Amino acid sequence: MLENLDALLLARIQFAFTVSFHFFFPAFSIGLASYLAVLEALWLKTGKSVYHDLFKYWIKIFAIAFAMGVVSGIVMSYQFGTNWSVFSDKAGPVIGPLMAYEVLTAFFLEAGFLGVMLFGMEKVGKKLHFAATLMVALGTFVSAFWILSVNSWMQTPTGYEIGANGQFLPGPSWWDIVFNPSFPYRLVHTVMAAYLTTAFVVGAVGAWHLLKDRANPHARTMFSMAMWMAAIVTPLQIFAGDMHGLNTLEHQPAKVMAMEGHYQSHPDGAPLILFGIPDSDAKTIRYAIEIPKASSLILKHDLNAPLAGLDTIPDDQEPPVGMLFWSFRIMVGIGFAMLGIGLWSLWGRARGRLFDMPWLHRAAVLMGPSGFAAVLAGWITTEVGRQPYVIYGLLRTADAASPLDAPAVAASLLAFILVYFAVFGIGVWYILKLMGKAPHAGEHGIEYSDVGPIRTAGITPGPTQNPGGETLPSAKPEKEPA
Amino acid sequence: MDLTVIWAFIIAFAIFAYVVMDGFDLGIGILFPTFRVGKGRNRAMNSIAPVWDGNETWLVLGGGGLFAAFPLAYAVILPATYPLIIAMLLGLVFRGVAFEYRWRDPAHEKFWDMAFFGGSLVAAMSQGMILGALLQGIDVEGRAYAGSWWDWLTPYTFLTGLGTVAGYALLGSTWLIWKLDGGVQAHARYVALRAAIATIVLMGAVSLYNITLNAEYAAHWLTAPEIYYAAPVPVITALVAIALIRAIRGTGNSAPFWLALALFFLGMAGLGVTIWPFVVPPGITIWDAAAPERSQVFMLVGVALTLPLIIGYTAWAYWVFRGKVGEEGYH
Ligand code: HDD
Ligand code: HEM
Ligand code: HEM
Repeated sequence: MLENLDALLLARIQFAFTVSFHFFFPAFSIGLASYLAVLEALWLKTGKSVYHDLFKYWIKIFAIAFAMGVVSGIVMSYQFGTNWSVFSDKAGPVIGPLMAYEVLTAFFLEAGFLGVMLFGMEKVGKKLHFAATLMVALGTFVSAFWILSVNSWMQTPTGYEIGANGQFLPGPSWWDIVFNPSFPYRLVHTVMAAYLTTAFVVGAVGAWHLLKDRANPHARTMFSMAMWMAAIVTPLQIFAGDMHGLNTLEHQPAKVMAMEGHYQSHPDGAPLILFGIPDSDAKTIRYAIEIPKASSLILKHDLNAPLAGLDTIPDDQEPPVGMLFWSFRIMVGIGFAMLGIGLWSLWGRARGRLFDMPWLHRAAVLMGPSGFAAVLAGWITTEVGRQPYVIYGLLRTADAASPLDAPAVAASLLAFILVYFAVFGIGVWYILKLMGKAPHAGEHGIEYSDVGPIRTAGITPGPTQNPGGETLPSAKPEKEPA
Repeated sequence: MDLTVIWAFIIAFAIFAYVVMDGFDLGIGILFPTFRVGKGRNRAMNSIAPVWDGNETWLVLGGGGLFAAFPLAYAVILPATYPLIIAMLLGLVFRGVAFEYRWRDPAHEKFWDMAFFGGSLVAAMSQGMILGALLQGIDVEGRAYAGSWWDWLTPYTFLTGLGTVAGYALLGSTWLIWKLDGGVQAHARYVALRAAIATIVLMGAVSLYNITLNAEYAAHWLTAPEIYYAAPVPVITALVAIALIRAIRGTGNSAPFWLALALFFLGMAGLGVTIWPFVVPPGITIWDAAAPERSQVFMLVGVALTLPLIIGYTAWAYWVFRGKVGEEGYH
């Protein structure tokens, strides 16, 4: 029995580890694919080379991030079977088809047009190339659509029947399964999260190069674009997050109780606990800093509305409070920090000084990775909050695992940890190296040649062009001094 | 024909598409160290760089499709071959990132070349061994795998693993005969001949071994009336094998690749005859494992609408990058 428990815990750690790593890359590439499409569209429309240069600057980064997203995604599509075989057998008839649709409508689209997007500009011409870029961007979105539908169905299952053999079977309407109650909220909130994640990365790179040379027109353009995203999308995201929370309150109240830290019920107005230290044994939040009745106001739009607490939920159906309490606050905190940057940039823009505010630029550099942290914290909130169930209210995580020996899961977990940190760590390092180089006129893209995808001249070749690629020392002088 | 049979053919098609398309990618990886550092390797890699991701997607369709159409099979096979699946996935991680990393970091190009080779080899070997583990039979109780985590390791799976490695090397080298010219092409021909012989020998060995594995397999091949449908398969295979060797020795560009494909197709057909109607021998048939009709119909609509499009734009992508990868890239 203890043996089994260990295997279960290891399987959970392994799944959480691999999916968290995987999601880092889509969170970035969903946004970046759209950004590249926008840059290419602007270039085609205005003919300004600055957009073309930026396109070529970011596509090198996209290529690496996308490759990491793909290989870590392949792992995910097998994790269901390797680690959660009982779940796969039981839920396969319902969620399997949604994932099959993801492969058919999204993965093939991305992968099929990726080659043309990366290497095909010279071969197919601008228009078709742009079409390929659009298809890749569309593919990333469609992928999010289906996989989030799957995840949402597991959170708020609807439209199913239970078969004689214990399987979940599809009911008469697939619509009820795909558009389950939490899906629209999760889709909107997650896709905007991906856009924000990318915007803050782009903004940080722009800001970094502005700090070195505030006249750099490429850095200016990307910084300005990113700040528009921050200013416009962050408020929308906060609004969407609030709606998402209300939806969760309706369908998964225990999750919200844990997020809020409400161990006790509050019959006349629940406080909003800003900070504190959850103590699960004593069932209380220690050192709580709270705003009286504010939680009822947010969740019920009424100061005195009663709110039930975890005391109404049997102990064995409660999610772990500590992790949820913190991860939720990290996400929300980052959301408001992003809002701050957006407002700051609007103020600077209004005074016509967006590019002359080193403190804003420094803050933007600091916020570069914030989207990743928010996204991870958000997913931890979502996934830990649905525990102890994997299909909410119906199938417990403990009953869903594969019949594996603990040493097998431990060994593979170790292998994943070593390989992921090494391989993806190096990939991130390559991306950072590319970001460290200032974007400039006549930026190189990825092009085909015998010596590899070299950096060939753009439409407006720079003066020190060398077609020999990065292998040659002539590429060196471009490197920025640290 | 009922929907379950149609789905069995769709999954078989996806697996076949994966095996031949990623097969030549992985094969090039397996042969990578035999190419000269620099130009030879760069050209070999460039010949697949624009298409490898699409090729690999067929694996997701094979796995995801199995999950969707035959969930029980997915839930049994993956735990039963757990270490092999993990090894394959990690191999594919190294193989996949090597495409991007080796250009980014000239100082470590050799390292990523080895990662490309090692990842491809491990992935190919694991895939072959997974196939072998399936064919030799999986221990099932109720709806779950009932064996230990080393059951898959037998001399037979070793043989199927080697057969797959040799077969992929054959696909890879014949692809390169098609896509390259000059000295690299000559080298590809040299390798292809050896890979072809190894593949044919190993295919024969696996086929003979199959008959001894279980009485039901033998019955498919050796009793009437099945024998009348089954007997032509080895005969045609032998003819294709001879034609393949002649083509590799000849001067044609694309013929060796097409004949290698034909050989793989016949091998798959042979396996189909052997295993039918089981999806997890010896106990689970395709009907036992099938998803309910509503799932099958829903997905079939998706397949009918999207598969022609997928094949269309995939073909277009291949067409865009057609021609030989010469000294200065594609021309
Ligand atoms: C850039 C990323 C980002 C930012 C700034 C925010 N979120 Fe978020 N949040 C996510 C990224 C995210 C996410 C990763 O996309 C999650 C995980 C699952 C999901 O649907 O979205 C998520 C989940 C999530 C959930 C859990 C829903 C559930 O599991 O049922 C709630 C209640 C909120 N968010 C609410 C908010 C609020 C009130 C925010 C305001 C500041 C906020 N989020 C900012
Ligand atoms: C949308 C696709 C996703 C699906 C279908 C999915 C599904 C699952 C499943 C089946 C589990 C196993 C239950 C368990 O281990 O407790 C799980 C757990 C988990 N997932 Fe997700 N997940 C998805 C996305 C994500 C993402 C993007 C992240 C993080 C970035 C994430 C983070 C986690 C974590 C941290 C756990 C462990 C929770 C725990 O065990 O306490 N998930 N998820
Ligand atoms: C457990 C859940 C998940 C599974 C099984 C999964 C599976 C996969 C697979 C197999 C790939 C590779 C596709 C290819 O070969 O081109 C992939 C890539 C991708 N996935 Fe996931 N995925 C999961 C979670 C997510 C989530 C939560 C999102 C977004 C909301 C997402 C978005 C993407 C995108 C956009 C790609 C393209 C590659 C990239 O952008 O880096 N996936 N995923």
